[in-house]
Amino acid sequence: MASKTAPIGRAGPNSRFAIFRCVAGYLLAAALPAALTGLFVSLVPEVAGGGVLRWSVDWVPSLGVRLSFLVDGLGLVFALLISGIGVVVFVYARAYLDGHPQLVRFFVVLTLFMLAMLGTVLADNLIALFVFWELTTLTSYLLIGFTHERADARAAALQALLVTGIGGLAMLAGFILLGAAAGTFELSQLRAGTVDVRADPRYLPLLGLILVGCFTKSAQFPFHFWLPNAMAAPTPVSAYLHSATMVKAGIYLMARLLPTLGGTEAWTVTLTAAGAVTAVLGSVWALGQSDLKQLLAYTTVMGLGTLTLLLGLGGTAGVVAAMVFLLVHCFYKAALFLVVGAIDHATHTRERDALSGLAAAMPVTFVTAALAALSMAGLPPLVGFIAKELIYVGAVEAPVVPAVVVGAALAANALTVTAAGLVALGPFLGVRRAWSQPPHDPPWTMWSGPLLLAALGVGAGLYPALIDQTLVAPAASAVLNTPVEVHLALWHGLGLPLALSGATLALGLAAWSARRPLDRALAAAAAGLPRSAEGVYDAALAGMKGLAAWQTAVLQHGRLRGYLATVFATMIALIGLAFLWGGLSPAVPLPLDVPLYAWGAAALILAGTAVTLKTTSRLTAICALGAVGIGVAILFVSHGAVDVALTQLLCDILFVILLAVALLKLPRFRELPHRGRAAMVATAGLAVAFGTLVSLILLEILATPLDLRLTEFFQSHSQPTAHGRNIVNVILVDFRAFDTLGEIAVVMLAGLAAVALIRVRASARRHQENNR
Amino acid sequence: MKPELLLVAPLVIAFATGIATFLARRRPRLAGALSVGGAALLLAAALALLAQVVAAGPIATQAANWPAPFGITFVADLLSAIMVATTGVMALVIAVYALAEIPRPLESAGFHTFYQILIGGVCGAFLTGDLFNLYVWFEVNLMASFALLVLGGSREQLDGGIKYVAINLVATAMFLVAVAVLYGLTGTLNMADLHQSVGRVGDVGLLTVVACLFLLGFGIKSAVFPLFFWLPASYHTPPVTVSALFAALLTKVGVYALIRVFTLIFTRDVAFTHTVLLVVAGLTMVTGVLGAVAQMQVRRLLAFHIISQIGYMIMGLALMTPLALAGAIYFMLHNILAKANLFLISGVMRRTAGSFDLGEIGGLWKANPALALLFAVAAFSLAGMPPLSGFWGKLLLIKAGLDAESYAIAAVALTVGLLTLYSMVKIWNEGFWKPHPAGDGGVVTLAAALPGGRVWLLMAPIVVLAGLTVAMGLFAGPVVRVMLTAADQLLNSDAYVAAVFGSGR
Repeated sequence: MASKTAPIGRAGPNSRFAIFRCVAGYLLAAALPAALTGLFVSLVPEVAGGGVLRWSVDWVPSLGVRLSFLVDGLGLVFALLISGIGVVVFVYARAYLDGHPQLVRFFVVLTLFMLAMLGTVLADNLIALFVFWELTTLTSYLLIGFTHERADARAAALQALLVTGIGGLAMLAGFILLGAAAGTFELSQLRAGTVDVRADPRYLPLLGLILVGCFTKSAQFPFHFWLPNAMAAPTPVSAYLHSATMVKAGIYLMARLLPTLGGTEAWTVTLTAAGAVTAVLGSVWALGQSDLKQLLAYTTVMGLGTLTLLLGLGGTAGVVAAMVFLLVHCFYKAALFLVVGAIDHATHTRERDALSGLAAAMPVTFVTAALAALSMAGLPPLVGFIAKELIYVGAVEAPVVPAVVVGAALAANALTVTAAGLVALGPFLGVRRAWSQPPHDPPWTMWSGPLLLAALGVGAGLYPALIDQTLVAPAASAVLNTPVEVHLALWHGLGLPLALSGATLALGLAAWSARRPLDRALAAAAAGLPRSAEGVYDAALAGMKGLAAWQTAVLQHGRLRGYLATVFATMIALIGLAFLWGGLSPAVPLPLDVPLYAWGAAALILAGTAVTLKTTSRLTAICALGAVGIGVAILFVSHGAVDVALTQLLCDILFVILLAVALLKLPRFRELPHRGRAAMVATAGLAVAFGTLVSLILLEILATPLDLRLTEFFQSHSQPTAHGRNIVNVILVDFRAFDTLGEIAVVMLAGLAAVALIRVRASARRHQENNR
Repeated sequence: MKPELLLVAPLVIAFATGIATFLARRRPRLAGALSVGGAALLLAAALALLAQVVAAGPIATQAANWPAPFGITFVADLLSAIMVATTGVMALVIAVYALAEIPRPLESAGFHTFYQILIGGVCGAFLTGDLFNLYVWFEVNLMASFALLVLGGSREQLDGGIKYVAINLVATAMFLVAVAVLYGLTGTLNMADLHQSVGRVGDVGLLTVVACLFLLGFGIKSAVFPLFFWLPASYHTPPVTVSALFAALLTKVGVYALIRVFTLIFTRDVAFTHTVLLVVAGLTMVTGVLGAVAQMQVRRLLAFHIISQIGYMIMGLALMTPLALAGAIYFMLHNILAKANLFLISGVMRRTAGSFDLGEIGGLWKANPALALLFAVAAFSLAGMPPLSGFWGKLLLIKAGLDAESYAIAAVALTVGLLTLYSMVKIWNEGFWKPHPAGDGGVVTLAAALPGGRVWLLMAPIVVLAGLTVAMGLFAGPVVRVMLTAADQLLNSDAYVAAVFGSGR
């Protein structure tokens, strides 16, 4: 894939103002991370001495949500990585994207990301942590889609958002369960261990849910696929979010919850297995990549797998190894990403096949790459060597199947040696190529930061005291919830770890020398492998869209008759269900001892209905409906409600007249499309069922005694208090005058609406005619 | 002023404004100004009512001084007061938006009058303490909303309007039958009185059947599955102002009514009624969001989302715990603000990018970053992204679900949240990120789309609503506390009943 994200060259007028703006821009961009780095560095002595800093304020007290922050050894290591690498990346990005029209937006989002990430690792409340966690997801989405006019960048951004979004939602459920099981959302209280969550019946579900969150965020198999796709982001973003910081959030959380949730078989087996599989597959896939950034992305997957594996082991050795490897990985991986960005900057390509012999043209970049790669390969005297030794120490002590764990670590590490060679040597050694524009080292703003990171790998290797008591020991103590002494050294003495290191190097070099045939073999193997869960993701997305389209076509089909049928069918089903549930007998006594004229009225109503249904003439139908109305009016009279009957009759007459007038404008009945017999029968069935149910309800109600409190009150108060003899009238204008007001409003509205509609349509017609 | 007068003030103000705008309909500018002024006054009254109820608990007043349960009672507990205050906010901001959007012919055809009467009807429904009176306000709302829906007179609007009115008439008929039957069973219409009378009904099975009649009537009004067809058929056809107003208030009246009757009256067979509600809630969430996913037209997509989110509110009601009801009310308030705002934004999107169809627009992030930011606030809030308002609504409901060990509904709510995120991002990806199909020239800036100061009439309401969405998230603590008090009043009806009958009873 040829890079289209090539940075825009430094352009602009060479005036003093522009220079000032340029310098100011760098200062502005890096000021916040630099200040934060200074702050966190100043906290190191206190935290290394066992101190813990807290700050908190209530947020939603009724839910137990506090905006509480805590700086301990673990939080501080992450905070230093986030702010420190932030300085490097911010300065680098300012140069990398110089002149980009959306530079300001970029930095706003990047700064928001940094703050959200700091919030994630310093929050002491699970819900607050979740808030920041989701904000990193959101800002990551915006940054992956920074080159938003490209469809692949949009798709990658969406994929990352959805995959980590699934994890986030699962995690939220897990947090809520954890909070309920432990009685608090405060992490520090969880660690205090007053309640053993591991003995709670909800332990397994909540562990699973939280781990889904961690695994998606930290790109563990089978959720890893979003990470290589996220390389659509500009390279500084890849270095920062998708290698050094955000993808470590899951690792952070697992480390944070280890004292609370860890140590069980479920924890150990899940993390060890997921980590081992992720580490091995990540390193295998890495070698098959032709794009340097993709290659690095897969080695990041490998690194994240290793970290998960180490946390799964859970013992002191594993945790110390995890903390050292965390630092080491950030140093070399961020440096290498930024190196690849510089190569991309200089040559406009990241394809391995197109790159070689750049060492002379880009000496500083080459040195940076070489130092970082030596640490990545785990060669002494770099700190990467120490990390690798510790990984083997931890793996040998694995509580479950140590042989398999050691084998997985060996395979992953050996292939990482090869990958380091591919990145750091491949583009720089070998034949020099003819370039249309001769490549050169980037400006100092782009090489100084990566070189510093790579140099840290050398420094920490030669002087392990730089990190062991200051960072690693406090972090490991925080993870293990108990003080740990850590003394790192390059020389661990003879033993199995050293032998394994030797084997790693030998295997890695063997693979490096055989890289050409290996490439082909891996490419073939990769083609045979399912692309893991990405296929599932694509299928799920397509399936969901298909289901949505199908469902919508079925439900919202646009035919009013169908809608009404569904509505009535629902009514019948629910009322019928309630009848069955309530054990109501359908055999209600029918009050058949009614006077003869009531039978006559009923017959009139039935006959009218039958005629309305069968006739093909609208006029006949309306007249028949009128007959129904008269029948109803007779029934009203028979119950003494003469005024209601009169109203009914008047309404009926008005209705018939108005409809008859409207008829003149309507098409003839026969011209309407005729419906099929089955549809008619179904509709009839619905009508009969619904009518039967309503009748049953009415009969049941009639069988219960009527409470006449209201009637009695109206009778006794109508004349003395309200001064009206006709109770109905008094109800309408006094007792319940508000109802009448509303009904008058309805009638007025109907009239206004009709007039307005006629007028608007008429004016629209005039408008059309005028335009013609 | 006596606090009881605050109960009728929203109604009086809205109806008076409606009449004034009718008289001024030949002078649209004046009518528009009157409409905005009336809405502002209504908001002030509603906020005063809310303050009163927050401070002193539920209050009630009897129309024409006929003692309850014989006359018509107006009563406001915290839920009612919150709903009326929200109605006031929406009435005001949407009335401002209308000034820039509603064309002159519609204004002189009485747009502002229908608008104000609808607001009055909605307030009436929230404030009445009488079931039949509630039915009357439903009718007022139906007629006023139908008028607003078809006022433009286009073929599309009439087609949508017919479906809207036909299905909603079934709902009001059902509601009327239900009221009559319940009266037959208890002999009263006053809701507080019903709370006491249903306890005396011997046949609980029959009471449950009656409860189902209400569930069906209000269910259609709330647009739950499978009764929602009228909503997606009509909401995308009227002017954006009307879509936004409907999205904010119409279905919420139905949800309010469901919450009211299923906490105050029908609580004797919760095992049946609230299980039905829970199933309905889940199906409504799922079908609504899938409907949204399938849409390419922004307003249709948003319309289906209304349905999906009604499901969350019903879920809170169905779980029937303090936390769940608080969640339902919080969610409703959040949803009104965010959803109406998205409709308002869709109108600006169309004006600047040329269409409601996601396939025909794009480039808005590049051209109108401010609009993009406002959209992001509303859309990500709707999708439940923290720390915006939607997150807290979702958190309350899911926590309530998990606490009640209703794991299935919690899982559905979470999954639907993800699909909501997907469909909001779909609008973002297509409308904002994707290049405009017609190139950069396809999008104009806000100022160019609406010359003069009129752009602010469109943007100010959007800014205000987005600000409220952010504030509701950042200051979730006090808001949730109020919602929990409201939920407590629903579950312990004593204060409500005492307010209606006076403390003497």
